[in-house]
Amino acid sequence: MSVLVYTENWDGKFKKLSFELVSYATGVAKMLNTTVTAISIGKVDQSELLKLGSYGANKIININNEQLAVLDSQVYTSVISEISGKENASVIIIANNNTGKAIAPRLSVRLKAGVGSGVSRLPLNLNPFTVYKRTYSGNAFAHLVIKSDIKILTLAQNSFDLFETPGNATIENLNPSVDGSLLKTVVKDVQKQTGKILLTDADIVVSGGRGMKSPDNWPPLVELATLLGAATACSRPVSDEGWRPHEEHTGQTGKIIAPNLYIAVGISGATQHLAGISSSKYIVAINSDKDAPIFEVAQYGIVGDAMKVLPKLVEAVKEIKK
Amino acid sequence: MKILVCISNVPDTTTKIKFAEGNTSVDTAGIQWVINPWDELSLTRALELKDDVTSGIKSVTVIHVGPAASEPTIRKALAIGADDAIRVNAVSSDAWFVAAQIAEVVKKEQFDVIMCGIESSDYNGSTVGGMISEFLGFPSVSAVSGIKFENGQPVMIREIDGGKEVVTVPVPFIAIVQKGIAKEPRIAAMRGIMMARSKPVKLVEPVAIDPLTQIVGFEKPTPRAACKYIDADNPEQLLDLLQNEAKVI
Repeated sequence: MSVLVYTENWDGKFKKLSFELVSYATGVAKMLNTTVTAISIGKVDQSELLKLGSYGANKIININNEQLAVLDSQVYTSVISEISGKENASVIIIANNNTGKAIAPRLSVRLKAGVGSGVSRLPLNLNPFTVYKRTYSGNAFAHLVIKSDIKILTLAQNSFDLFETPGNATIENLNPSVDGSLLKTVVKDVQKQTGKILLTDADIVVSGGRGMKSPDNWPPLVELATLLGAATACSRPVSDEGWRPHEEHTGQTGKIIAPNLYIAVGISGATQHLAGISSSKYIVAINSDKDAPIFEVAQYGIVGDAMKVLPKLVEAVKEIKK
Repeated sequence: MKILVCISNVPDTTTKIKFAEGNTSVDTAGIQWVINPWDELSLTRALELKDDVTSGIKSVTVIHVGPAASEPTIRKALAIGADDAIRVNAVSSDAWFVAAQIAEVVKKEQFDVIMCGIESSDYNGSTVGGMISEFLGFPSVSAVSGIKFENGQPVMIREIDGGKEVVTVPVPFIAIVQKGIAKEPRIAAMRGIMMARSKPVKLVEPVAIDPLTQIVGFEKPTPRAACKYIDADNPEQLLDLLQNEAKVI
């Protein structure tokens, strides 16, 4: 028996999410009194791979195969399910990000394994195997029993604390046979954002809503974000109006984020917006309407016009950063 | 080519969720049911493709797994513009069950393109589309924020962490779509509502499938502490709290 965790890399590097996944897998393995095997697909240096060991991975299966350079969910499913069999995995852990959402359901059917998606805590119970998962877009959490022998859990990003565990991992290089006829996804072009903090990765997010009144009013918000090392986000009306790109839309149908600090500027806090941010650890609301629902979820609030408050806040941050 | 759009019936997204039966189920009293927001965008894009004669899309069918009580949601999809509908007559017990039912229908009736929203706003599972693909052995592309057809082949935009890819797969395939796939959901016009009444809804009885998961209880999110208000002229105090109390900057 083992706990298997798929750790994605980005241009050969792991990120906090990868270590959250291994920390979570290690927690589950402790409950089951078993070991953690991590799978890495792509070109990753040995020193980078060994970082997974410091969060509790006992064994790292390193796969560097050209045919896996493109994410094709059918091919990835074949590779991971084969390893799952060899490792006798009872629980498989994957990120609840775009990659995980592509792979986890296919793996579920291949292995006849029930999925608990968007988990944010360790399983509540082993018998029956019960997980705590987000439902109703964050308005409720369900206790979900997974009845199958193998369980697949997808972990919500930024929801589980990193936990360093002393220990050494062994690396096993594997070159699985990939059935080329399965490889059907062809990538014709790639456009990557560079130099920007990804919204889903950010510890701090500064977000603007309709209360910003015009796209021309964004410079102080962006300056605040830059000073704090934060990513920028926006509410749906702002992205619908084209004031900000749709990648920044945070909310039910946009991005779901869980930063340590979310600063909502000129955002009233409609249910659909709160669905995207309610897992943030701290929320600051700046809004001219003292009755805005955003204040019900915020820990710190300033009632005032965003255009007057933001410049003062920027100056104050500059002071403390001196 | 024919598109099948999978639709889920969910509580209106502004619903205050309340529980019933000792927190083991959701109290459905007074809930307004709507088409899952991602599925509504997916349907909108499917209809836009059908409107474009160069796409090669000839028809748009919607499929839903649910009891007779969810008919109004199916009629709404028909009023928006779907040509016909299929309802698998079963209460959906989990994603595995729903995906298996839809896959069974697709095995019998040929579709070239299957579109699913990336998640439903009630169970937030993000699994039905991928499961259907695997049941059928079709290629699938997830996190699709744009789709068009060139010479009968799909060209899709796939969102990745920190960017986008332009990808294609052979037909038949499944597109699991997210925000961006259509700008705004299409709204039913009066003519559409009238026409929807006479559009065919095919009833299919479910195949016997045991679900793999079951919700045994619900709880509310942990309540947050009350808001501390800071004077608008004193942002230094906010920073002090963020540094020394919350310790987040």
